[in-house]
Amino acid sequence: MDKDLSLPPAPKRPIGEAKIWLTSIGLALGLIMIFGLLGIIVYNGLEAFWPKTAYAFTVQNEPEGEKTTIYGNITKDQTRHVLNAEGKQESIHEYQIFTGNKEKFGQAFRFIDVHRIVNQEELPRLMTLERLEGGKAIVDPIGIKLQNGSVLKATDSEFLSDFQRLTDEADHVRKSVHRIEKGDIGAINNKLDELQREVKIIERSYDIREVNGVSVATLKDNPIVDDIKNPIAELAKLKEQIGELHREYETYTAQVAKLREHEGKDILLYQLGNNDVQEMPLDQIVYGFMPNELGFFGKLGVFWHHFTGFILDDPREANTEGGIFPAIFGTFIMTVLMSMLVTPIGVIGAIYLREYAKQGPLVQSVRICVNNLAGVPSIVFGVFGLGFFVYYLGGSIDQLFYWKKLAVDNTPTFGTSGILWASLTLALMTLPVVIVSTEEALSAVPRGLREAALACGASKWQMIQRIILPCALPGVMTGLILAMARGAGEVAPLMVTGVVKLAPSLPIDGEGPFVHLERKFMHLGFHIYDVGFQSPDSDAAQPMVFATTLLLILLVVVMNLAAILIRNKLRKRYQASSF
Amino acid sequence: MNDTKPYEPPIIQVDDFSFFYGDKQVLHNISMDFEENKVTALIGPSGCGKSTLLRNINRMNDLVPGVHHQGDIRIDGTSLYDPKVEVISLRKRVGMVFQKYNPFPKSIYENIVFPLRVAGRNSRSELDETVERSLKGAALWDEVKDKLHQSAYGLSGGQQQRLCIARAIANRPQILLMDEPCAALDPIATLKIEDLMEDLKKDLTIVIVTHNMQQATRISDKTAFLYLGNLIEYGDTAQIFTNPKEEQTEAYITGRFS
Repeated sequence: MDKDLSLPPAPKRPIGEAKIWLTSIGLALGLIMIFGLLGIIVYNGLEAFWPKTAYAFTVQNEPEGEKTTIYGNITKDQTRHVLNAEGKQESIHEYQIFTGNKEKFGQAFRFIDVHRIVNQEELPRLMTLERLEGGKAIVDPIGIKLQNGSVLKATDSEFLSDFQRLTDEADHVRKSVHRIEKGDIGAINNKLDELQREVKIIERSYDIREVNGVSVATLKDNPIVDDIKNPIAELAKLKEQIGELHREYETYTAQVAKLREHEGKDILLYQLGNNDVQEMPLDQIVYGFMPNELGFFGKLGVFWHHFTGFILDDPREANTEGGIFPAIFGTFIMTVLMSMLVTPIGVIGAIYLREYAKQGPLVQSVRICVNNLAGVPSIVFGVFGLGFFVYYLGGSIDQLFYWKKLAVDNTPTFGTSGILWASLTLALMTLPVVIVSTEEALSAVPRGLREAALACGASKWQMIQRIILPCALPGVMTGLILAMARGAGEVAPLMVTGVVKLAPSLPIDGEGPFVHLERKFMHLGFHIYDVGFQSPDSDAAQPMVFATTLLLILLVVVMNLAAILIRNKLRKRYQASSF
Repeated sequence: MNDTKPYEPPIIQVDDFSFFYGDKQVLHNISMDFEENKVTALIGPSGCGKSTLLRNINRMNDLVPGVHHQGDIRIDGTSLYDPKVEVISLRKRVGMVFQKYNPFPKSIYENIVFPLRVAGRNSRSELDETVERSLKGAALWDEVKDKLHQSAYGLSGGQQQRLCIARAIANRPQILLMDEPCAALDPIATLKIEDLMEDLKKDLTIVIVTHNMQQATRISDKTAFLYLGNLIEYGDTAQIFTNPKEEQTEAYITGRFS
């Protein structure tokens, strides 16, 4: 192209473009930080499930002293700096070792200076046990004492499969017992509560006395109810129902007792490096494996077992062991509920602001206020939610519909924090995002479409409903995606409006009206805070924190991806409003 | 129809009509009658007010904030601004086709039945019948009859504009307003639409705004020349283009306009 050969040669650096590298460095820094963060979380989160090699360390603390053996995984490999006798700085190489057996050792971790380790060996038969109580344990199994008196030796080739069969059986029993206790007996307890409440209502409202061999009911001074026609018969009926439930209850407890008959009869014999034989009932063990015996695929199997257990199980031991299913479920339900609340309110508000309100200083100031709402700290929304939604709205609902429960048991139903109020608070918090993006989407609908709809004889509402809103839907979804991304990870407002560290039941289950919006719930974000910073043993909880963080990120990503897929589908359909 | 009648009563009467955007007057005391089953072309340089006049016939300009008018426009003797006249029912009698084709992001079928649906008419047979009649009326039936339920955005520009015409005539309006309907189309699509207008005027009164003088001569029966918001000359198309009375008209149609 260059015909003019007298053109000066191009400068090495384009004039006036000298600072491009600054912008690219900014982007690079941002990307490094984001991917670094994600990388750390993914690595640590997944590593928590991977079986670690167990070692037998022989340690000699004094030069001529006694040697002790301990079993454990190396969790940290670090250097400690100390001042030696001459006042000089000295570095000491040390391991942090996870031994488990907290109830025997008093702690689950210990530090050992590497130079004091005389011998470090991968004993093939070392077992990592996950127990119902006391956390994990790394032990050297000796054998299993069965209930018939015979002993399965750990040196037998069948030992591991027998061990797994027995723990599986114990696990099965435990699950059956749990199902009966939580499902059937729980349902009976709920019914009993209700009936006993009715009984209390009658007893507090009527005086029932024997007069000449006949029971007579008279109204008390401050009755809770005064419209029961025949309180005596009613009371007798209720008591009979209660008796029936009690009999049902007995049959279930008998079933549980029968299931538990064999519990605690098989016993694992093991030692912890000092040849003292210890005993542990097999049904105390949730899962056990020999990490040093596993090949890669064996380890992968253990990894998968841990991972699915983490996602699907209930937490144990103050949340530091077991799974986080209730927290995943709670986070999911809360986010869905929040989206269902924020979308209609936000869209209707935006339609009024953009389509109907007369544009002027008033509407402009309303718009500014809405935008500024997005900048209010989330805890402020939490406090507002507690004051207005929980105490005022919830309290009013209790007064109107649950006053019997309030009067008799003095327990609120909706007048206390719960998933509905938490979702509503987050909906309020994310409302500005939805309103702003919906408004933008509405104004981006081409004028031609509006005119066409009106020229066809549509009213303004028909135009909005049939043409404009469908075209604006992708924009609404964008707002919803942003709202979900912000709402799903928010913790502060939830702490005052409904989140608990351990919820006894899920907000949606197989009981009663199936959806229990008044219930408290667990949340991944709060779970991270609780496990990481409120648990007695934060070292042991650290892998759980990373794994929970990973799950929270995964959940947000999955929900956002779903929303993005829906949006892309809508966009394809309404391509006129490409925006 | 009334073709045999010796005297055609004007269907649209514009009576001393002035129109303002805020303080700016864009139409100055315009008085003219549009005749039934005729094509009337409005011509004039950009900004002369021809589109504004057209868009007042179905009160589309009401959407613009800060407008007001003086004088009156009547259809069949009834004032558009009569408080008893509902804008929505007026727009059902006066269809409109825009410069940029604007089908809805729906199927071809749903595009055409939209005017019926918003009027609350949902009977399947009536909708089917309307789709066929309108598409045939807009000379599009043969091209799209097999893909009625596909998106309207799959059609070519010319087809989309004819779809918009089909939509505009779906509700059997008396009057069809066309605001430079061929401005965004190629010559072949333009020709098709011009042929179509020839057919349509058997049932309809058409008012068309156009920048294309050849088009005005080809399709219109009467032509009005507007300049700076004033109606300069109005008469039979043949007369306007061959023997204009006003100097400004002649200057404009011969292209000597400054």
